[in-house]
Amino acid sequence: MSAGHAHPLHRPGDSPVHRLAPQVKIVAAVSAVLCVVSTPRERFWAFGVYFVLLCAVWAIARIPPGWLAPRALIEAPFVVLALVFPFVAGGPTVAFLGITVSEHGLLSGWNILAKGTLGVLASLTLAATTSPGELIVGLQRLRVPNMVVTIATLMMRYLEVIGDEARRMRLARISRGHDPRFLWQVGATARGVGTLFVRSYERGERVHLAMVSRGWTGAMPDHGGPAGRAAWLAGLAPTVLAAVVLGIAL
Amino acid sequence: MVRDVAMHMSDGLLNTTTSLLFGGVAVVGLAVAAARARDDLDDRTAPMAGLVAAFVFATQMLNFPVLPGVSGHLLGGALAAILVGPWVGALCVSIVLVVQGLVFADGGLTALGANITNMALIGTAAGFGVAVLLRRFTRTRGGLVAVAFTAAFANTVIASLGFVLEFAIGGDPAFSLGAVTATMVGVHCLIGIGEGIITALTVGAVAAIRPDLVYLLRGTRRELELKEPVA
Repeated sequence: MSAGHAHPLHRPGDSPVHRLAPQVKIVAAVSAVLCVVSTPRERFWAFGVYFVLLCAVWAIARIPPGWLAPRALIEAPFVVLALVFPFVAGGPTVAFLGITVSEHGLLSGWNILAKGTLGVLASLTLAATTSPGELIVGLQRLRVPNMVVTIATLMMRYLEVIGDEARRMRLARISRGHDPRFLWQVGATARGVGTLFVRSYERGERVHLAMVSRGWTGAMPDHGGPAGRAAWLAGLAPTVLAAVVLGIAL
Repeated sequence: MVRDVAMHMSDGLLNTTTSLLFGGVAVVGLAVAAARARDDLDDRTAPMAGLVAAFVFATQMLNFPVLPGVSGHLLGGALAAILVGPWVGALCVSIVLVVQGLVFADGGLTALGANITNMALIGTAAGFGVAVLLRRFTRTRGGLVAVAFTAAFANTVIASLGFVLEFAIGGDPAFSLGAVTATMVGVHCLIGIGEGIITALTVGAVAAIRPDLVYLLRGTRRELELKEPVA
């Protein structure tokens, strides 16, 4: 939650993209992906232009592509799906790289691969340039109900409480002679899952009471004001370009 | 991996109209849930809601193999509904999905509406509905564990039907709906067993130690039993 906590997908920095107000970045990312999804799948060139736009954003944000690539592997299941499609879909067939595959399946596979990849890369760009805490502030400024912000803030906080509690319980098991190996550990963890929940709750309750007694009212204090027109213009520029590409592609 | 498609849909699986339609369904559903949750959520229950969300978040990160090449993760709708009630539960699962989409790039941003509809709205409603129908069996600990298992199983399988509905409206017409339905339901029956076990273990443990935290058990508090000291 707080800025000091390391996060595997966040890459702290001081580029113009990092400094942009989080609410602008959320709106820009969601609308840009919406443009990508609306593009007809036969317009192959449009997906190339979207990718170039993303590369430009990475250059401004100073994110090396080599940093993004391994993190984009979250998409791997969909790549497998896209590779299976040409072989399982029906309809007319076509020769592709010397293999006879379903034409429809090939296009479907491409559709999911291209749109899914661009979507994951856009999300990763957002996550890399915006800390989880800032994202919640962004949602707060986008008029998300206070209660939702409260639950989200507590959730981010408790993720670490649960992680620490799980580590403590594992250490306790080992010190009592438990010999954790890959699969056997799963059994012990599963049996301890209820205990983990109650222990985390009781610790979380103390954290919560400490926060309340220090004046927490359900939302983190928000020191930044609303984003100015210049910030919105600059932040939405890549999205507007993507919308222009979409307009031509349609 | 079919499993991942089912619940955390990526961008591009559904067309734009369907994505926007289910985005609207999700917003309306969440607005209703937020309005009703106001009665359930106070200073004391807010940490419980945060913890349930964090717990669902953590368990969704664990993927377990279901079949060769098919991995499943938990949905958490029934767990959330039993512990914090259906309204706060739906909010918790939605928050998990939004944060996973924004912070962890898990699930497409445009598919968020459909994902929320399936896992947070349909899943939680189904899980809680089953749990309420079977509420009279929750008096014993074994009964409660069995109810939690059944509710979680129903939650998983019925949520997978949400995907079938969305795919029928805005998916790729190249695939026969019958085959998609059979695959989805088949895979989700297996995932439902895993989901049921984790839900039953968690609910059982919480009910044994802190029954006051279980929403489903509200109003069924038993009298304090005084036991004679052993001489």
